Amino acid sequence: MKASWLVPVTFALVPVVIPATAFAVNIYPIDRATMLTGGKFDFKVEFDKQVDPAQVSIKINGKSYQQVWSQKSDFIKDEDGLNASSVVIKNVDIATPGDYKVEVSAGDENGTVSWSVYQTPKKRQAKNVILFIGDGLSVAHRTAARVMSKGITEGKANGRLAIDDLTNMAFIGTSSTDSIAADSANTMSAYMTGHKSGVNALGVYVSRAKDSLNHPKQETLGELIKRTTNMSVGVVSDAELEDATPAAVLSHTRRRADKAEIVSMFYDIKPDVLLGGGSAYFLPETTLGSKRKDNQNYIERFQKAGYLLVTNANELKKQGSSADKLLGLFHTGNMDDVLDRRFLKNDVTKKFPDQPDLTEMTQTALDVLSKNQDGFFLMVESALIDKASHPLDWERAVYNTIMLDQSVAIAKKFAETHPDTLIIVTGDHTHGISIIGTIDDDKPGNDMREKVGVYETAGYPNYQDKNGDGYPDRVDVSKRLAVFFNNFPDHYEIFRPKLDARFVPAIQNEKGEYIANAIYKDIPGAVLRSGNLPRKSDTGVHSVDDMIVQASGPGAERFHGYMDNTELFRVIVDALSLGHGKQE
Amino acid sequence: MTRCAVLNRRIALGGFSGRRYCQWLLLILLVASPLKAQPTLTFEQFYSKVSVLGLEFSDRVKQLSGQQIEITGFMAPPIKAESQFFVLTKMPMAICPFCSSDADWPEDILVVYLTKRQTFIQNNSMIKVTGILEYGTWRDENTGFVSLLRLRDAQFSEL
Repeated sequence: MKASWLVPVTFALVPVVIPATAFAVNIYPIDRATMLTGGKFDFKVEFDKQVDPAQVSIKINGKSYQQVWSQKSDFIKDEDGLNASSVVIKNVDIATPGDYKVEVSAGDENGTVSWSVYQTPKKRQAKNVILFIGDGLSVAHRTAARVMSKGITEGKANGRLAIDDLTNMAFIGTSSTDSIAADSANTMSAYMTGHKSGVNALGVYVSRAKDSLNHPKQETLGELIKRTTNMSVGVVSDAELEDATPAAVLSHTRRRADKAEIVSMFYDIKPDVLLGGGSAYFLPETTLGSKRKDNQNYIERFQKAGYLLVTNANELKKQGSSADKLLGLFHTGNMDDVLDRRFLKNDVTKKFPDQPDLTEMTQTALDVLSKNQDGFFLMVESALIDKASHPLDWERAVYNTIMLDQSVAIAKKFAETHPDTLIIVTGDHTHGISIIGTIDDDKPGNDMREKVGVYETAGYPNYQDKNGDGYPDRVDVSKRLAVFFNNFPDHYEIFRPKLDARFVPAIQNEKGEYIANAIYKDIPGAVLRSGNLPRKSDTGVHSVDDMIVQASGPGAERFHGYMDNTELFRVIVDALSLGHGKQE
Repeated sequence: MTRCAVLNRRIALGGFSGRRYCQWLLLILLVASPLKAQPTLTFEQFYSKVSVLGLEFSDRVKQLSGQQIEITGFMAPPIKAESQFFVLTKMPMAICPFCSSDADWPEDILVVYLTKRQTFIQNNSMIKVTGILEYGTWRDENTGFVSLLRLRDAQFSEL
């Protein structure tokens, strides 16, 4: 209405916005890519149609690409039957820092991108880097963890989390190349490569290639460290080791579901410590329970490569620290939530009753990795914060957050005696979760909604931690936190923790739409909440909200203000001074 | 109940008491059912050993292999509406691993191959399935779906 003045302006802009040529090309790495000197990448140009190779011109700061790179280029006349040509040059790098303009043309097709290549300081600032990822970690998870772990009275917290005293902090933007909303693959990939990527992709740019393993690669931190230093690398997660976050430390695929291939990438790079779930993808298909579709036995292969194998908490505790190379697999799939493992006597952990805690895995990883005089990079993921937040099970997510915090406490203790250690704690993306007050069972009536306390009627919850283990002794107290997600499928809100197993809010009907799971319908006080997500959404989704990153130790001062998630990579490589090629 | 009510009306025309007919019917069913009873299997009975290094089928599964058995569970949504097999799970499942790239089926599922196509039942209601038990890794040629434990020549009914 009032914006009608916009119309002539828009029309006036159109001729300016449309580029002068009819055909554009895609160039990878993309425009505004920031890269480490000597960091490897695959260069790819995708033309819009088939072009004559004789006409192809690729110039980098005015120089022909053949003068810049000695690697062989591949001209693909008709890529994947798309009737369009591509040029690929694999495993290249740029050694001199500065701004680079890449100009590509072939006939009437042309395109330009700009890259910024940076060098790291000569002097190495940190010996070790420990990166903690709370998958999906949002502000409400932290607040609830503090309230439930430490207590709060008269407006002041009764104690502080380990993460509360990290010295530096910044906001992080998490969006991906193809979408403002991101997943755990491309977000962790940005931390681990310094390049942006697309939803579902790890360590590659999302090109038009049909084969998920044939997209332009971005070197990962795990590979860079193994290629250029004598440092050790450790990967710890309570998800499957092939899950997006741990996989991003060293793998390349456009589809994070390529889990069997991800195991082989782990094997190629050989991180010194691997602890987590997901053994099903290590087993040959002939073994019952395997999820591979070949006969490779990666457990045997890792053992032959000198790894000590441990498969439960007891073995990890007894033998883990003595190893030089350690493979710990504690579940065929994702490990179980700490609330089920340690506090609820339910059936969830019956299959794998002796899974280690993330704290134990963190400690053992530090014991093994710190033997290396050249230092180490360790990634520790509390994966199940996210995996519990998706199905709106905030209690399990918060217990997993407390476990993350207790693991950070172990790293902080390590840093007391190893002050040359940079500790970074962040998530990869956020969830739409918020605390709004309390739920008090003792309020009159049966209508659970009327038991929600807000403002002055909220008061304080009555969680207790009498045994001092940092977790509330009971999750199902009479006056609990009121925590809600802002996006959800149809489900029954029951206003209380799910003690038998993780919440399953919605299930699919014959139309492929998700409807409320009826097993919660008859729980007293259950209320049907109509979803606000598309009906194809099975659970809650990630939010686009900024992520918080915190850090302590050498290099931590670099975290301030607002940063892009690719800049976290830069802080790490700067602290470790990884831009100078192979270290002797 | 509904069927019995319909019968009631018909029988009443013939001068019989509908209630008595229903009682007879129930009695016949009660007497007949033990004869037709078939061995049951539960999700908890699938494996004798579940470990990081692999699973082992239970003796019960091995004993019942090749026999007609009965099991109750929930029907995960089929891959395609016209598919003649579906996955039976112990509890309703939130994620459809066929549709979701980052999810996997748990170990304790049973793949059910139907004798003839049947209409999808809401995953929200428990079903009873009967069929011939078969164990061991097997890949469906049409879909590539790998199953460990299956029912062949199966049919299901709502509970």
